[in-house]
Amino acid sequence: MSASAMPDSALPAPEGPPNPPSGSSRMTPRSILLWTTVALAGAVCWGVLALARGEEISAVWLVVAALGSYAIAYRFYSRFVVRRVLKPDDSRATPAERLEDGVDFQPTDRRVLLGHHFAAIAGAGPLVGPVLAAQMGYLPGTLWIVAGVIFAGAVQDMVVLFLSMRRDGKSLGQMAREEIGRAGGAAALIAVFAIMIILLGVLALVVVNALAHSPWGTFSVAMTIPIALFMGFWMHVVRPGRVVETSLIGVALLLLAIVGGSWVQNSSLADTFTLSPTTLVFCLVGYGFVASVLPVWMLLAPRDYLSTFMKIGTIALLAVGVVVAAPVMRADAVSDFASSGTGPVFAGSLFPFLFITIACGALSGFHALVASGTTPKLIQKESQVRMIGYGAMLMESFVAIMALIAAATLEPGLYYAMNAPAGLLGTTAESASQAVAGLGFTITPDQLTQAAKAVEEQTLIARSGGAPTLAVGMSEIFSGVFGGAALKAFWYHFAIMFEALFILTTVDAGTRVGRFMLQDMLGNVWKPIGRVNWKPGIWLCSGIVVAAWGYFLYTGATDPLGGINQLFPLFGIANQLLAAIALTVCTTVLIKSGRLRWAWVTGAPLAWVVAITFTAGWQKIFSDDPRVGFFAQRAKYADGIDAGQVIAPAKSLDDMHTVVTNSTVDGVLIALFLLLVTVVIANAAVVCVRAVRSPVPLPTTETPYVESRIDLPQQATEPLVGARS
Amino acid sequence: MTVRHRVRAVFRHVRWYLRELTGEAEYDRHCERHRGQHPHTPVPTRREYEVLRTRHRETHPQSRCC
Repeated sequence: MSASAMPDSALPAPEGPPNPPSGSSRMTPRSILLWTTVALAGAVCWGVLALARGEEISAVWLVVAALGSYAIAYRFYSRFVVRRVLKPDDSRATPAERLEDGVDFQPTDRRVLLGHHFAAIAGAGPLVGPVLAAQMGYLPGTLWIVAGVIFAGAVQDMVVLFLSMRRDGKSLGQMAREEIGRAGGAAALIAVFAIMIILLGVLALVVVNALAHSPWGTFSVAMTIPIALFMGFWMHVVRPGRVVETSLIGVALLLLAIVGGSWVQNSSLADTFTLSPTTLVFCLVGYGFVASVLPVWMLLAPRDYLSTFMKIGTIALLAVGVVVAAPVMRADAVSDFASSGTGPVFAGSLFPFLFITIACGALSGFHALVASGTTPKLIQKESQVRMIGYGAMLMESFVAIMALIAAATLEPGLYYAMNAPAGLLGTTAESASQAVAGLGFTITPDQLTQAAKAVEEQTLIARSGGAPTLAVGMSEIFSGVFGGAALKAFWYHFAIMFEALFILTTVDAGTRVGRFMLQDMLGNVWKPIGRVNWKPGIWLCSGIVVAAWGYFLYTGATDPLGGINQLFPLFGIANQLLAAIALTVCTTVLIKSGRLRWAWVTGAPLAWVVAITFTAGWQKIFSDDPRVGFFAQRAKYADGIDAGQVIAPAKSLDDMHTVVTNSTVDGVLIALFLLLVTVVIANAAVVCVRAVRSPVPLPTTETPYVESRIDLPQQATEPLVGARS
Repeated sequence: MTVRHRVRAVFRHVRWYLRELTGEAEYDRHCERHRGQHPHTPVPTRREYEVLRTRHRETHPQSRCC
């Protein structure tokens, strides 16, 4: 097979980013000057952010500070990790080359693979977490997003990608079993499955909260189904394989659907599309089931393409918008809630709860599943793990920064009126205004009504979940650059649609992945259920997966205490625990392969993530404060029931029972997660001690060296390891 | 290079990138591969290839993150 494995005619001469001359690691004076400038620009911006107090500062400082840090981190830290710790060898054939079959394994141009990988890791997560975390002010969130990605998130993604690539693209679960042991592997597998269920439930809840009582949003998001079906039909039946043209048609139809939503909202159809949260829950659950059993070409594949196009387009648009509109930060740099831990959006103090609220964008365990799935089977050259693993995660982090900016540029009064739980805010503009005043911020009932009117929503009160807040922030930024106030409502619904599209894609794909995992696990017990083509097995397993996340979605949508407030910490802890598992696997492999000296590269982030998740988990289980501890909450409401009292925000004894059930389930789940992760880490610790004591490196499952025949002179950005200057 | 050439070059790059990103270009590669390995059998039509590709995708779901 030819070296690049693609017809020459298809590949324009790669221009790519400028490549430093390979073979020498000494910096030229020009590059020293360049990097000094980048470092200074970043440092000055951080300085401004740190010192500016009591005055409004522009979001551009934040953008430059983040970009400067990313550039320095990519240039220096990722290079250090690659050269000293991972030691990729470009003379070694990657699985894509050795096992090339044109289907699973295929050497892919690194720029294309970067796009693939980014589209797979980035979704609604980096857009939601930072918005909720804005309750603590923009500075703690920004610092965590930037430092977290540089030292933890991007490192995790890159190392997992590298390890999986050296093992023919094995999954995280398989690597845990083979490198750590049976117990650790089984615990990891169950944890991955359980965590995925929570994740799907919480993401779907974000959609429900964004679409409830919004005929415009509901109509345009509902239209994505016929649009996807049409696209599927078009590219499967009418013009097979014409993905690009179909996607462009799809995007155009999508924009029409958003415009059409405005019309529907003002027509007699409005009532049809005005749905309560509970109705939306059943719609989503039904949709999730159907989408996961239909052939992929009908719904999943076209939706995936649409989502990718919208993702890249909108994020680019947002970056341009933030720089051109240069909005001013209206939130406090560090709010009082950061230290008091009494914030209405999520309870608990800055440590540890900020670090679990912002997962995606800083450190996301879920990425380890993507980095150990498709991507490692497509890498052309080992050294490209740096650009693809580390680089894509930096890009996701930047998305999180922009989401934080969008939330922090809103008036704090409006932010709290949208994000505090409904039980606190009440349902009228007056009650919400009073509740916000009680939190120490101001918004008049009139301003609140005007804000809703500007985006043509019935209300903005208690629209928690992050998506509506981000959408209002984005509509402010976009309308400042494109179209003015007249287009504000369009941009708001554009942003809602864009987030819902991501999330529904994740729900489709996640349900399917969950079904396969379940079939795989149950197949060990009863063979037929493991067969991927046996329809009853498929339906049963899809049904179980949908019912499981549907349960959390339903409890979230009907929780008297506010579903996001209750479930988001669970989601964050789950995601970060997955990161703990991934980092444990990484650290174990480093130690087993004789790299104890460098084990801190993944060991330090592991220690950090264990500290935050176990502290958060501990507080969620044992805290006496009923706003933080699930069991304290349970006791408070159970006592209320015994005394025949109804405790606000519950409105009836039924509500009280709901709270008791939900907090029990949530508390037990957190305990279960912590237990599973403890098993993985304890098992790994045993292996690590054995490895350190052993005079020879313990065997690992790395595939043996095979020489590469692919030669990519223009793309070899990194000097080969060993070729010291 | 004239402006027109440059615009055309950019357009070609974008098209190449999108075709690669969406997997549309996979068919061309598949055909080339097929000709190399089975020179005496006809290459699959685009439609046949898409059926194969979808069938594969059916059993290899890819996680999408949050």
